[in-house]
Parts: sequence; C-alpha cells; structure tokens
Amino acid sequence: MTVKKYKEVLTKPLLEENPITLQILGICSALAVTSNLSVTLVMCVALTSVVSFSNLFISIIRNYIPSSVRIIVQMTIIASLVIVVDELLKAYDYETSKKLSVFVGLIITNCIVMGRAEAFAMKEKPLISFLDGLGNGLGYSIILIAVAIVRELFGAGTLMGYEILPLVSNGGWYPANNLLLLPPSSFILIGLMIWGIRTYKSDQVEANEFRLSKHATAPDLSKRELNA
Amino acid sequence: MNDSVLKTLTVSFVVCLFCSLLVSFAAVSLRDAQNLNKLNDQRIKILKTAAIYNPDESVESQFTKLTPKFVDFSNGLLLDEYEELDLTTYDPVYFSKQANFSTPIPSDLDIAIVKNKENIGKIFLLKDDNDELEKIILPIRGYGLWGTLFGYIAIDKDLNTIRGLEFYEHKETPGLGAEVDNPKWKALWDGKKIYKDGEIEIAVIKGKVDPSNAMADYQVDGLSGATLTSRGVTNMLAFWFSESGYQETLKNINYDS
Repeated sequence: MTVKKYKEVLTKPLLEENPITLQILGICSALAVTSNLSVTLVMCVALTSVVSFSNLFISIIRNYIPSSVRIIVQMTIIASLVIVVDELLKAYDYETSKKLSVFVGLIITNCIVMGRAEAFAMKEKPLISFLDGLGNGLGYSIILIAVAIVRELFGAGTLMGYEILPLVSNGGWYPANNLLLLPPSSFILIGLMIWGIRTYKSDQVEANEFRLSKHATAPDLSKRELNA
Repeated sequence: MNDSVLKTLTVSFVVCLFCSLLVSFAAVSLRDAQNLNKLNDQRIKILKTAAIYNPDESVESQFTKLTPKFVDFSNGLLLDEYEELDLTTYDPVYFSKQANFSTPIPSDLDIAIVKNKENIGKIFLLKDDNDELEKIILPIRGYGLWGTLFGYIAIDKDLNTIRGLEFYEHKETPGLGAEVDNPKWKALWDGKKIYKDGEIEIAVIKGKVDPSNAMADYQVDGLSGATLTSRGVTNMLAFWFSESGYQETLKNINYDS
C-alpha cells in the first residue's frame, strides 16, 4: 500500500484500462448524453461522484456484506446515491437536469459502477476503493468529453453553446452534420477511438476466439478414378 | 459467519434504513428549491412567450405584469374565481389528470392527442399602462413524435395574430424535433395569422414558406428532418384554436374589450 499504488489505481483507468474503450462498459450513456458538451460535463461529474462514493461505502461495509445478498446491497447503495445526485441536480442545475432527464437515473444500471463495486470495492480498503472509483469515473469522463466535443462541434457548430463554426442555417458557412447529433454517431466515434488506442497499445487487442482455417478445395471429381 | 440468516437480515435492514434516510433527507431538504426551479422555469417561458422577459430582473416581479384568468371551457367565459380553486397556483395540466376536473376528448376531435382536457383552463392577459389588452398568453399542448409538447402561445389583441410561441417541456429528438426551441424558428411565428374567414389555417408546412404565396401569413417553415414534430405543432394549434379549445374564449374577449 504505497503512494505508487494509489497513483496507479487513479491513473490506470484513464487510458490503459479505460472502462469504456478496454472494458466496453457504460456505452449506453456514452451514446445518449454526448450531443452537447455542457450536458456531458454534468453527466461526467454525476457518474464520477456516484462511482467514487459507491466504491467508498461498499468498501467500508465489505466485511459485513453476506455474499448471498451482496449484489442487492450494492444496488441499494448505488441507487440511493444516484437519487441523491438527481435531486441535487434538480435543485441546483435545473436546466441541465431537464436535458439529462432519465439518464441520471440510468446511472444505476451503468455497468462501470456495478463493475467497480464488485471487482474492486468488495476486496480493497476504503481509501483506495474511492480512488479507484474516481479514476474510473475520470476515465469514463475523458472518453465522453472527447466524443461530445466532436459531436457538438461538427454536429451543431457550437461548444458549450458558444458558436464556433457558424452554421449555414444561421447565415454562416458550415453545413451541420446531422448524423453527429444522433446517438449512433457515438458508436462510430467510440469505435474509432478503440481502434486508435488498440493500435497504439497493441497489448489491448484481444486474442481471436476462433481461427479461420485455410480454404480447402473440393476434390476434383473429373480426375477421380472410376471403380468398376 | 457472514452468511447466517440473522446476519443477512440485519445487514439488509441496516443498509436499507441508512439509504432510505439518506434519500428522504435529500428529497425533503431540496424539495423547496426544486419546486421553485420548476415554477420559475415555467414562468420564464410564459414571460418569454409574451416577449417581456428580462433576465436581469426577478422573475416574480416581472410576472406581476400578467393577469391570470380562469377559462370555463364549457361556455368560454373568463372568470376571476372558480369554486375553491386558487388562481395563482392553479395548474391546468395537473387538473387535466384529475377525473373530477377533466373530460376525455372524443377521439375524432382529439387531433393533437391531448386525451383529457381540464374543465377549467388558465390563461394570462398582458395589459399596457392604460389597462388596455395587449396580448393573451394561452397554454397549449399536443403530441409530437416521442411525447407531448407543452408550451404557450401569445396572440395579439386582434385575437388572430401570433406574437410568440415557446415550449417548456417536450421529448423531441435533439437537433431535429427539438429545434422547436431554436430562437430563429420561434421568431418566424411573430406576425403569423391563425384564422382566415373563421377557419383555422395556421400550419407548419414542409420546407420553406414562399413569401409571395397568398397563404404565407398562415404558414411557418417546417423543421427539416422533423416532419412528425412539425405536424404535431400544426395539430396542436388546430386543436387549441378550435371549438374544443379557446375559440369561444377568444370570442368572449372580443365582446369584453
């Protein structure tokens, strides 16, 4: 338990073990809330705080959780934290909470939160679990922010609502790419990111689950010797 | 040891108790701020519809410029009082879901898929300094593509010219149907007319309006890529300005003023 280990759990999920690009978790919200950067930022803060604190609380009581109900206990804690975050948003950032609507509530089902609770917080001490949650939250945030920047800039010509590329429809020169405003575009962007990261860090490439065997040629029937 | 029945029950109980305390504490302590936000948001939209919103002034003081009135949909009369309802806090959308205060709309008349209409509506009058009627702000709602759009429309004292349109709640696709919130599109509504010889002609058309067209005053540019939302807005206006909506009320305002 050295400072080095703390640093490692905090920084590894940023790129090397990124929850989205390596573990392919939390894709659902990455598709849904990335059409606008300011909304994405709020979502990232919400998810990061939920995953950090759920890790912290679950780790505190990890030695008392009976294994038969552990998933339910984890879910109860995660769900409560999500509700608190949702209520806070509705009270202090009403505009954004309106735009995020159901996606804050859906943090409950975000696999990153559950995954970290089950894989890390159930085994490790509270402080390091908190840092692990923070690291994974930030790893999620990096990808979401990158996707959101591309989508908002090229889809709507703005960033955080400020006009960067004047749109043709507003008298400018940039024809907006409407595909980028639709959720499937994040699939393409995240796919490209995964490709990029795995080209750079080739150890992330998964081994093929099966091998294609060589194309076999059919026996040449015309040369077959006829048996009398 | 952890897996005994007693331990399982105790841990579950303690966790649930703690979590429910946390959640209820958050919900109760933040409720006032949340309700205020919701009310403020709706009021800002009403003020924006009336085109008198000033972000630097408090919403509450600006809102006093508007006079709320009850509308009795059965006869179109404007009322200051109705039974025990409180005019300042009355929420027509809430009462449209209460069986005693609403009526289901027959499906052949329900072009905007409103389903249940409140018996008593609430509108706002904007008067100028001489107490003369300037604008009327009417709440409207109707189905778009993914859900119901809720909004307000402001009409001029001639009871035919639209002065503003705002939606405060909708579920339309961002970038397509959600462009109903685009200020440029909303600005197109100013000056458009609703009735032509007593018939409702206002419509969101497909594509751009040709200004030389005789009907140009009754048409608004469609939202590209959002045909169903555009159609929903047209249906909504057709419904709320018909006899099922505010038509009778508008006639009564005409007599009053």
